[in-house]
Amino acid sequence: MSRTEPGIFPNRWLPYVLLAPQLLVTLVFFVWPSAEALIDSFYQVGIFGIQRHFVGLDNFAVLLADGGFVHSFWVTLIYAGSTALLAMSLGLLFAVLADGVLRGRQLYRLLFLWPYAVAPAIAAVLWMFLFAPQTGLGSRVLIALGVHWNYAMNGTQAMLLVIALTVWQQLAYNFLFFTAGLQAIPPTLLEAATLDGAGPFMRFRDIVFPLLAPTTFFLLVMNTLFVFFDTFSIIDLVTGGGPAGATETLVYKVYRDGFQNLNLGSAAAQSILLMIMVSTLTAIQFRLIERRVHYR
Amino acid sequence: MRSAGHWLRHLVLLCGALWLLLPIYVAIVAASHDARDLLGNFPWLPGHRLFANLHHILFEGLPSAIPVWRMLLNSLLMALGISLGKLVISILSAYAIVYFRFPGRMIAFWLIFVTLMLPVEVRFFPTYRIAADLHLLNSYAGLILPLIASATATFLFRQFFMTLPQDLVDASRLDGAGPMRFFFDMALPLSRTNIAALFVLEFVYGWNQYLWPLLTTTHPGYETVVMGMQGVISAANGFAVPQWNQVMTVALLALVPPVLVVLMMQRVFIKGFTETGK
Repeated sequence: MSRTEPGIFPNRWLPYVLLAPQLLVTLVFFVWPSAEALIDSFYQVGIFGIQRHFVGLDNFAVLLADGGFVHSFWVTLIYAGSTALLAMSLGLLFAVLADGVLRGRQLYRLLFLWPYAVAPAIAAVLWMFLFAPQTGLGSRVLIALGVHWNYAMNGTQAMLLVIALTVWQQLAYNFLFFTAGLQAIPPTLLEAATLDGAGPFMRFRDIVFPLLAPTTFFLLVMNTLFVFFDTFSIIDLVTGGGPAGATETLVYKVYRDGFQNLNLGSAAAQSILLMIMVSTLTAIQFRLIERRVHYR
Repeated sequence: MRSAGHWLRHLVLLCGALWLLLPIYVAIVAASHDARDLLGNFPWLPGHRLFANLHHILFEGLPSAIPVWRMLLNSLLMALGISLGKLVISILSAYAIVYFRFPGRMIAFWLIFVTLMLPVEVRFFPTYRIAADLHLLNSYAGLILPLIASATATFLFRQFFMTLPQDLVDASRLDGAGPMRFFFDMALPLSRTNIAALFVLEFVYGWNQYLWPLLTTTHPGYETVVMGMQGVISAANGFAVPQWNQVMTVALLALVPPVLVVLMMQRVFIKGFTETGK
């Protein structure tokens, strides 16, 4: 037998066979479309893609000068910021409370975990029913409280509804990771602090929270990624980006510009900008995962 | 010894759990009544029409839509295709990257890795045109293949394989086992927990897709239940009395399968999910 590196199989062609399916899918459905989008973003493309002429960075310049794109960016940022703040605070609160329970901890985990599996689209439908203008159960409560509730007409209300249902949907994810983070804290540390006379609040502030910092930052990135890129269905079903663009997120705008307004060059340029945003966020996230691995 | 804090803790937890359950309870109440019952004061208790509504929606469906059993079947095929496909191609490519040294190894790794940065929501626009050029619209292949590459799964399997001791490989090589023998006898069985956890993750991902099926299927025969919600809602609003009972029945049918998968596999899911960090 020939000597090779330990833990390695000597084989010339087998690794390529094993890699082939993944590489094929990656090339056809990721690299090729992304390259096409990059090329298209430098062109003005006619409606059926027949006539096209090179315009350089014009598509990008138009986008950044156009109030619509900047507006969508702010809408997405406000949406992502509020959702992350609320879903993470609630996730932490419930994770800490459930972690301290002696009996029924398993039951609480189930009760907080299951919405993870609910599609954002289905969460959207459930909440639309609750807050349908006039007829919804939640709407009636709000109207009885004197609120002029009609999210189809009022942009702020539309945004609030979208945030509330996204928090409902995202809470489970944050709960899951905070629970895992809490379990990784050595109990001896907390016992020592208790012996030193630290109350529950001090223990949380001085020990638990600092040790959860990496998890918290990781979740901040994940929540932001989720709202930026995975909430298309929520916007499409609940508000359609309205009223008057109040809930038009970046991904929804690409969809409208590309598929409804058939502005292909602009949609391509927007896709490229989204790719830059998502790769920045993903790079940050991976630095974090690598560091977490190092900790162990 | 039960302090006030103890009860307060349970009270807050129960309030949170009830807040999460409330929309489902309301959906069950709505799905078990006649559409007309939902117009006046909202009925607080479930009615007795749940099975009638289920039967109606499953086998007849709303006008100008396919029966919901067909949508559920499409969702199941799409979710299984995506989750099993992702697992197979990811475990094979991770195995190749960890257990072999070959020219282009790092290029392949990075090529797969960049896909992580391009979720379908970001590249849907160019990808749609590729799918159209390849005649993949209105087909199961079109629903599944473009979503099947998984940098996450490849990365996790790579991480896991790297934690296995090298002696394992060397010992089986001494026993005369080739790479595929080692794969089936050692690598695969040892990855059970990871495979199960990723299966849950990717099944939920596949079942819950909305945007991609919305773009690639114009033929109703390929509608999935999640992306079909929009059509269900507009059909239900076409009646003199909006059929919210039927909408809620469909919503319940759409959410039960992935929730069941997560609850059944809860232990292994939390384990595989949190140990690997994603």
